[in-house]
Amino acid sequence: MTLDAVLFYAFGAVALASAVVVVAQRNPMYSAFALIVTLGALSGVFGLLGSTFIAVLQVIVYAGAIMVLFLFVLMLLSVRAEDAAEAAGGRTLKTVALALGALLVAQVGAALARAARGADAIPAAFDASPRRVAAVLFSPQYAYAFEATSILILAALVGAIALAGRDHLTGKDA
Amino acid sequence: MSATQEALLIALIKVVVLFNLLLGLFSVMTWVERRVLAFMQFRLGPNRTGPLGILQPVADGIKLFFKEEVVPQGAHKWLFMAAPGVAVVTAFMAMAVVPWGGTVTVFGREVALQLAELDVGVLFIFAVSSLSVYAIVMAGWAANNKFTLMGGLRSSAQMFSYELALGLSWVGLILLAGSFRITDIVADQAGGIWHWNFLRQLPAFLVYVVAGTAEANRTPFDLPEAETELVAGFHTEYSSMRFALLQMAEYVHMITISAIGANLFFGGWLAPVPFLPDSPLWFLLKLFGGLFFFIWLRGTLPRFRYDQLMDFGWKVLLPVAMLNIMATAAVVVLW
Repeated sequence: MTLDAVLFYAFGAVALASAVVVVAQRNPMYSAFALIVTLGALSGVFGLLGSTFIAVLQVIVYAGAIMVLFLFVLMLLSVRAEDAAEAAGGRTLKTVALALGALLVAQVGAALARAARGADAIPAAFDASPRRVAAVLFSPQYAYAFEATSILILAALVGAIALAGRDHLTGKDA
Repeated sequence: MSATQEALLIALIKVVVLFNLLLGLFSVMTWVERRVLAFMQFRLGPNRTGPLGILQPVADGIKLFFKEEVVPQGAHKWLFMAAPGVAVVTAFMAMAVVPWGGTVTVFGREVALQLAELDVGVLFIFAVSSLSVYAIVMAGWAANNKFTLMGGLRSSAQMFSYELALGLSWVGLILLAGSFRITDIVADQAGGIWHWNFLRQLPAFLVYVVAGTAEANRTPFDLPEAETELVAGFHTEYSSMRFALLQMAEYVHMITISAIGANLFFGGWLAPVPFLPDSPLWFLLKLFGGLFFFIWLRGTLPRFRYDQLMDFGWKVLLPVAMLNIMATAAVVVLW
């Protein structure tokens, strides 16, 4: 086995194991930490594929920014571990979870089958350098969606501030 | 030996050398900090162990090594034990992409004085530093103590307020150099001290100094440990070697912030005037300057209040960093 293969399987195993912990763990804090490990391991896989830029973005955005917020909220609300009865969930929830799980397995299976036929193998020299990503992102094809997303995020931010600070803004809490 | 094996061997040697260098620097820094701080406060500091007290870190190390390790009852044991490890790993990881000099020739072979030359080096550092907060959050939460929890909470709030400014302070330099590669940003500052980024990007530099100090959790931004209010903040419950590891992580953070500052804002290993040769010694000089600055700050400034910290981060640092980026972008495009 080449070094790349060894590293790939190592990262893959860590990602899978920690992903199982995310779901299996009853304590939300443990789940959150396990999710961080999963995201980090995935970033390692991206790095092995030669896309250091994507790997680094994965860590900055998901493992870094988003998960810090998750943990902050979990700590602030001091969420307790859920007990077994709660965790079991209702029948509807279970059915939905099963259906979604089956759908995911089918998707992955289909993708693997396609790859095995060699239908759309990934080109060897996949260029994900910062320059290339920027060129694609700001090309006429995606520029509109990109700008629309940023406006959406801004609107969400303003909305969150308005909701959280409603009393403050109207001077009710004085 | 094949080319791959050779590359691996060189990388391995670099890892060992860099690791030990940082460990040495850390232990010396603990002594330097106590001595310098003492002189600033008209005291002597530790001066009994060995000449000038230089063996103090050794004595401290031995003491901590033989101390009993206590895991508090009711703590989340696994996370509590893992947190110092995470702290050290994330602290050391950022140094992997920091260049210490240009290339040197060893045994007729060109060797770069840098562990990993990433084309997204600056972003890598940013990513790793965003992970370092988890160690503190983990330690603070896992100990199951209200003081440590407060430390962890403060730390995460502080990190995501100041990290943004820290990252944005680099964007101006990236625009000027046209690259995320640290060596490119250093090369972009060639030609003497007046080309260095701390002059060309003065607002970015000031933002970096403040946000970097906050990232390293140093006074006046040491709210996560704030010994006057939180006992010792997130590391209250730690003892023995795990306490030593947390200390180590803090010092390595300080070294990292200084090393990055030296590279990005002070031209790395470049000489201040063109007729002097460029050398890794310049880099070390700048690095030590940064470290001294941290100690000086600690000896000078009182701690921020929590709400002041938040106000300053969001209402002053962030706008300054944004304005600097806009101005730099305009200059780069129009010139």
